[in-house]
Amino acid sequence: MDVPRLLPDDEAQALLDLVTTIGERELRPRAATDEAAGSFPRDVVAMLGASGLLGLPYPVEVGGGGQPYEVYLQALEELARAWATPALATSVHVLSCHALAGYGTPEQQERLLGPLLAGDRLGAYALSEPQAGSDVAAMTTRARRDGDEWILDGTKAWITHGGHADSYTTFARTSEDRTRGISCFVVPGNSPGLSFGAPESKMGLTASPTTTVNYDGVRIPADNLVGEVGQGMAIALDALDSGRLGIAAIATGVSQAALDAAVDYAHEREQFGKPIIRHQGLAFLLADMATRVGQSRATVLDAARRRDAGQDVSRAASIAKLTATDNAMAVTTDAVQVFGGYGYTREFPVERYMREVKVMQIFEGTNQIQRLVISRTL
Amino acid sequence: MKVIVPVKRVPDTAGDKVIDADTKTMDRDAGETVLCPVNEFAIEEAVKLKEATGAEVTVLLIGPDGAQSTIRKALSYGLDGAIQVTDDAISGSDALGTARVIAAALADVEFDVVIFGNQSTDARTSLVPAAVAELLDLPSLTYARFMEIDGDAITVHREHEEGWDVVESTLPAVVSVVEAINEPRYPNFKGIMAAKSKPLDVKSLADLGVDAAAVGAGDAAATMYAFEPRPPKAAGTIVTDDGSGSAADDLADWMEEQKFI
Repeated sequence: MDVPRLLPDDEAQALLDLVTTIGERELRPRAATDEAAGSFPRDVVAMLGASGLLGLPYPVEVGGGGQPYEVYLQALEELARAWATPALATSVHVLSCHALAGYGTPEQQERLLGPLLAGDRLGAYALSEPQAGSDVAAMTTRARRDGDEWILDGTKAWITHGGHADSYTTFARTSEDRTRGISCFVVPGNSPGLSFGAPESKMGLTASPTTTVNYDGVRIPADNLVGEVGQGMAIALDALDSGRLGIAAIATGVSQAALDAAVDYAHEREQFGKPIIRHQGLAFLLADMATRVGQSRATVLDAARRRDAGQDVSRAASIAKLTATDNAMAVTTDAVQVFGGYGYTREFPVERYMREVKVMQIFEGTNQIQRLVISRTL
Repeated sequence: MKVIVPVKRVPDTAGDKVIDADTKTMDRDAGETVLCPVNEFAIEEAVKLKEATGAEVTVLLIGPDGAQSTIRKALSYGLDGAIQVTDDAISGSDALGTARVIAAALADVEFDVVIFGNQSTDARTSLVPAAVAELLDLPSLTYARFMEIDGDAITVHREHEEGWDVVESTLPAVVSVVEAINEPRYPNFKGIMAAKSKPLDVKSLADLGVDAAAVGAGDAAATMYAFEPRPPKAAGTIVTDDGSGSAADDLADWMEEQKFI
């Protein structure tokens, strides 16, 4: 079932048509198998790169797709409707490009950003640490200058694409100043001294690798410092809203998938002589699910359009992230309810959706942090 | 090398097709339309030639103004330009009339090879490629499941029920390809963005020197006398296993009866 969308032009419609086709033909058929096997679909991500979908929101001049967030986020939602893991890969990859696109020199943009936006290289984003989650400034990973190089030591945690990425956008401490002592670096994935923990054994998104990343005297060229020394915290904060909107769009896409599955099932499944959607108790549950999906999409697009218009979207992005991920938890839980006992089995995708969206209330700023951000603007 | 890929706008293959009761032709405005899926295989062969030899690839579409979205879809695969022939007089043309228009459009441009899909998903006659070759007095290499160009020589594997024949000729030539020939790629988003800036040459029948009376419904060699909607799907046969594995035998018997095996 296609989602009727309001899009700015014919090219955006053609883009969404392309994403829908790729989602239906290449992503959805593999999702259950690869998630069960915990197998990262690197080939699918490469195909998304070849189709030009890994650099959509960045300027054409640096190799991106030149798309507004209004369009990029709907493409991301559409990918997630087919399969959350490649959508998350896209969102994390786009986030990993943010520092280079916004703060990189022309030389860095050509050398480091171009191959990422073209989809030739996969990016990861290394900010969190075991003891520095919501409190980013508590990080202890260090970088020290040695001639023409920086040497990095420390451990990052919860890194999506750990062990698979070609490029790690890494934040590390360059002085003791709590916020102005953090700098941003691009660390090539094949750097000596870079190692990875075993993939976390997770509740959901099991095809998306999440590992710790260890930096043990990792030497990188001085030219891989992005922005100024001490500018890392500002760079990380600048990317927060975009990252949150990406997760909000993915949560909306999985919600839509859960709604689609529940509606289809409710039309087919008969009890007491009629399809269960004709029983008001179920029909109203489905109506509430559809309402939540509509709410999620509306708040995501409102924030996206404000961002595209150049407004400060800190509050709008947190509202979108909070709304879309809490709604996703509710909608996927209700989808299991619609399927009844079958919904609790792995024969149907809805229990997987429920497991996949739980983490979306946690990462990219827990929903408690989102409430903190929102309340501070009041 | 110059390659022409004729493409067609067809009703969405997943949707229901509607026949206009008065004209007895398909109502092309009744539902969603798409680039004919078989054309994607022809486009893929052309894109491969472009990658290998730098060939210039032009799409050719016969159709009304609204068909430009189909042209843009075809161009989004990275092709170089398009020719559209549009004229109210073309409406209702049968395969021969369509072939006359395509042949006239091809006679107006330079090319080395024309690559068709072997049939369109709406009419499925498979007549047009051979008719175009005949009208232009060019070699006709149809039903290709493999094609290779070396200098001005072309070799195809022509598919038929028992296998395939190896057919060779010189260029220029007209080829039609079957779906087994390749696995079409997806368009690239940059190709989608670039499609709108590719040159589009719009021509009328008069531009091509085609007599409007020689095409269209009035001059069609084929006449539609009657049509009926597809009958509703009959109830299927349910094979039940009694626990002894009998269903396998029953199923095999049924398949033999239906001549599937």
